[in-house]
Amino acid sequence: MTYVITGSCIKDDDCIASCPVDCIHPKPGAPDFETAEQLYIDPAVCIDCDACVEACPVDAIFADFEIPEKHAYVLDVNAEFFAELSTAERTAA
Amino acid sequence: MTRRRPRVAIVGAGPAGAYAAACLLRARGDVEIDLYERLATPWGLLRGGVAPDHQEIKRLQDRFDRETLGRGCRFLGNVEIGTDVSHSELMRHYTAVVYATGAQTDKSLGIPGEDLPGSRAATEFVAWYNGHPDYRDLEFDLSTSRAVVIGNGNVAADVTRMLTLSPRALERTDIADHALEALRESRINEVIVLGRRGPAQVAFTSAELRELGHLEGVEIRVDPDDVELDPVSRRWLAAEGSFTARKNVEQLREFAARPARPDAARRIELRFLRSPVEIRGTGGVDAIDIRPNEITETDDGQLRARPLDADVETIECGLVLRSVGYQAVPLPDVPFEERRFVLPNERGRVLTPEGEPLPGVYAVGWIKRGPTGILGTNKRDAEETVSCLADDLRAGTLPEPSSPGRERIDALLGQRKPDVVAVEGWRAIDAQELERGRSEERPRVKLASRDELLATARQT
Repeated sequence: MTYVITGSCIKDDDCIASCPVDCIHPKPGAPDFETAEQLYIDPAVCIDCDACVEACPVDAIFADFEIPEKHAYVLDVNAEFFAELSTAERTAA
Repeated sequence: MTRRRPRVAIVGAGPAGAYAAACLLRARGDVEIDLYERLATPWGLLRGGVAPDHQEIKRLQDRFDRETLGRGCRFLGNVEIGTDVSHSELMRHYTAVVYATGAQTDKSLGIPGEDLPGSRAATEFVAWYNGHPDYRDLEFDLSTSRAVVIGNGNVAADVTRMLTLSPRALERTDIADHALEALRESRINEVIVLGRRGPAQVAFTSAELRELGHLEGVEIRVDPDDVELDPVSRRWLAAEGSFTARKNVEQLREFAARPARPDAARRIELRFLRSPVEIRGTGGVDAIDIRPNEITETDDGQLRARPLDADVETIECGLVLRSVGYQAVPLPDVPFEERRFVLPNERGRVLTPEGEPLPGVYAVGWIKRGPTGILGTNKRDAEETVSCLADDLRAGTLPEPSSPGRERIDALLGQRKPDVVAVEGWRAIDAQELERGRSEERPRVKLASRDELLATARQT
């Protein structure tokens, strides 16, 4: 499984600080941070710890098997986002 | 001699002010913060801007409450700085003053007919349906069948949804009662949304754009010709387009490919590369004239809409909502940058007209950077301003206020504003609104008049 951020994300970056494996992108300062409409969790790195769920002030993060129906499309959007993100950006701390 | 604890006034209890207060309390546990607010209620556009059907985002108020009012930050509502208390009076009472007043007005289109009844700023409609007490008496003509929304940003998306959601969907939100009543009777069945530029340049988030195509009983219509990108936009999208811009174009193509739904109760039509040239009517809005544009690239690489030499098209409509951006207004006795509509500042330190830091005066949020970004953007913005303020406190460069201490400002407020709303007053309002919401199975039922709000606050 993995956790997924839905379109309610307000880009409060508490989830990034809470993530023990640093798998939430883009990060403040990254070239695509300002234009990003939300943050995304890298499913290949996520360890399903749920720290980000606790950190999110608007409850925008769900386990992939518990996403409300109206947000289900975000799984595809998330996959597209990471398909485009370069390996360098993905692994940069 | 022990120094007094630094006292900081934050002016404006919206998201920028709340993030600044939370951040300052984390950085300097010894600071006493007074959070001033013109209204009786805190959290600014989180309460009065975020659309009622986006309740999940309003949960941010719990975090704001916990990290500010819950940690000793005082709330001083129903006090307007510049009117009830002046800037120089604040400077006499506080070590530092942080302006977080936002952008309180809207940009105009600058076209004839803009001031006709029936032509309004979308932000006024937003304030009205969200129960802002200063806007409750506005009237919007919803007896017409077609409305036109000008703009391609998230406020345009919000008002478009509010005009097309079913009464059943609205009833589940915290929309103001007067707006719910009016929208129940609405006869608007078509909303045309005009974008000055093309599909690749829309300012919607892809989540909000997608939402417009997934409203119950609402058809979305996009002309397939409108989503054929011009060569400039195609090149720009491939080379520099953001993930969101590409998702938006993809989404608009999907909308354009949908079959017509003549059975839908309401319809949203998105039209691009069109600018309004005149709003026409006598005593109200009868029609809007629009003219086509093309996208051109300026020498510095910006994509602009340039009017084409083509015929004007007339759209009959009875309501026009313009949503082409917020704009800040100057504050009395504080420097203002007329060209950018912000307080002149460097990383949040407000500057004199000569470009020198004005000791003890700071800015955060839209009044600092202009009306851009989303809620969380204010967090980074607040961190920057607070780090400057904390540096100045540490360096001891801020002059001691001439009239320090909480008692002195409280005495002044007591004279000027006997009905200041403190945290207990806000809690009483909040509790009553939530209680009314519970009995109607709604998240909250807002008290929408100033008198009701103040009367409820006084009951504590």
